[in-house]
Amino acid sequence: MSEMKGAANGHYGLIARFDDGEALLAAARRVRKSGHRRLEAHAPFPLPGLAEAMGFSEGGGALSIARIALLVGAIAAGIAFLLQWYTAVIDYPIVVGGKPLNSWPAFLPITFKVGIFNSVMAAAITMLVKNRLPHFYHPVFNEDDFAAASANGFFLSLRGGDGEKLEALLRDCGARYVRELTL
Amino acid sequence: MSQNTTEKLLPEELTHGNMTERIAGLVLAPRARTRWRLAFAVAGALALLFAFCLAMVFSNGVGLFGINIPVAWGFPIVNTIWWIGIAHAGTLISAVLLLTRQPWRAPVARLAEAMAMFAIVCAGIYAIAHLGRPQLMHFLLPYPNTQDLWPQWRSPLVWDFFAIATYFVFTLGFLFFSLLPDFATLRDRARSRSLQIFYGLLALGWRNSALHWARYEQVNGVLAAVAAPIVVSVTGIISLDLAVSIVPGFHFTIFPPYFVAGALFSGFATVALLAVITRAMFGLRDLITRRHLDYLGRMMLLFALVVNYSYIQEIFTAWYSGDLYQRAVYIDRWTGPYAPAWWSMFVCNVLLVQLLWFRAVRRSPAAIFALAITSNIGMWLERYQILFTSVHASFIPATWGTALPTAWDALLALGSLGVFAFFLLAFVRLAPVISMHDMRSAIHRRQQQRERAE
Repeated sequence: MSEMKGAANGHYGLIARFDDGEALLAAARRVRKSGHRRLEAHAPFPLPGLAEAMGFSEGGGALSIARIALLVGAIAAGIAFLLQWYTAVIDYPIVVGGKPLNSWPAFLPITFKVGIFNSVMAAAITMLVKNRLPHFYHPVFNEDDFAAASANGFFLSLRGGDGEKLEALLRDCGARYVRELTL
Repeated sequence: MSQNTTEKLLPEELTHGNMTERIAGLVLAPRARTRWRLAFAVAGALALLFAFCLAMVFSNGVGLFGINIPVAWGFPIVNTIWWIGIAHAGTLISAVLLLTRQPWRAPVARLAEAMAMFAIVCAGIYAIAHLGRPQLMHFLLPYPNTQDLWPQWRSPLVWDFFAIATYFVFTLGFLFFSLLPDFATLRDRARSRSLQIFYGLLALGWRNSALHWARYEQVNGVLAAVAAPIVVSVTGIISLDLAVSIVPGFHFTIFPPYFVAGALFSGFATVALLAVITRAMFGLRDLITRRHLDYLGRMMLLFALVVNYSYIQEIFTAWYSGDLYQRAVYIDRWTGPYAPAWWSMFVCNVLLVQLLWFRAVRRSPAAIFALAITSNIGMWLERYQILFTSVHASFIPATWGTALPTAWDALLALGSLGVFAFFLLAFVRLAPVISMHDMRSAIHRRQQQRERAE
């Protein structure tokens, strides 16, 4: 069936469907332990522990989403404050209401807003970049049943590797079925 | 929350499969329900009225509004503040309930986010409509120009521009990210090619990968953490438009928190209103339960009490300041030409909301519906009386002038309700009205609780 859909008839790997989240979690751990690391787990909601089983670390390293958001927000807020200071004190000095030129408390609302705006954008863009989205074509979509991954299906997709050995392993983990994925 | 409560928040036999089918089915049904069609036709007509009034205002100028020189702001700013307030609870419900992991969040969060989105559209349009020369709106942006001018950073009107623009983009992003996995669900379940492409493009190729979910949860955490300061600062900044002036009636230090509480009060009222309408229109009474209405009613009551406290503080400050003009503003609010607005506000925001102390009232959809409407009217009257009574009779009697709204004011306000309803109705036809992935997580948590209890 999947040969009909792919432009090329290349082999990508295997996809296995599991009955519930626990079976998927156990299978993901076993496959990774067996040495095969090019795998992806698909669940219809963020299943607790699944990402960690796939090698995801909570902190996300030095460039975690939260850190990038904070860093970009702080830099943008700094630029916003400097711009206000430069334009109000150096480039266009005009006294309003008898206030000093560098009336910095009045510059804070915009500093805050620009910082928040940029940190939100940075967080959103970082998530998309780290997840490699948008990514409209992926071999898993060639599997006819894969639509269930967004309702009640739990899938494990494996790229490359020794097909027969992995298939046996997946069946041993209690997969409902194991099918081939084509490019 | 106890296990008992979690059980009661979800219908007994709800599973991942049948929940997804039901919610996605509402969107993917080939024909819309008759009630939806009727509502959409009415809202569409009102949206056209709004577009027409807006065109009249832009071509003829703000002279169409019932404003004069002491009362220079009038309806457009009353409505800007009112709509922004409605938007706020949308963001807050979704974000703060996410951060505090409230189990009752899932079925009402999407409604709240969508409501925030379309309320901010109305608020933004009103802010532009009040400008007089909206074609010069870009003067608020700092850009190198041939006149060598820069914006006046000390002006709250410049802060407003940044606040509303930031809030608009944030709300859009928050809503889109909340929808992303649900768009993937709709893509997977759509039968027609055009719908598959439509939702496929919106879903960005989301494939429910565990790593994607993990980063998705992280970014939602960041957005939710940022949402609280955004909510507080946007209405806070808008209240500063009034509070930094020296006009008696505007010049109160209590204004930012007072406006935020009022915003949340009207916003929670609107979420409750939409929840009652949605559960009736789409037959979702088992998902949006009376218990959810109860929680929304409690939030309304909480913020109504903060608002009532602010009224007391305002009156006390006016008296305690000993300032003749501040006292005169208050006496004028009670006895002057705008007294009916003040007393109606008092009935809506102070007297009627006390009914929410009763559990039977909070659990009755009809009562919540009625109180949500009176609360929104009350909050609108509050903004109205602040903006009109404070300036119509200021320091010198020679400058006094009572402004009364014109037909254009009324038609534009009616039209803005229509635009809001129009967008919201279009939204519920194109996107799931209940967040499917949040519901799946809620169902999973209940399963685990059940297993642990066994």
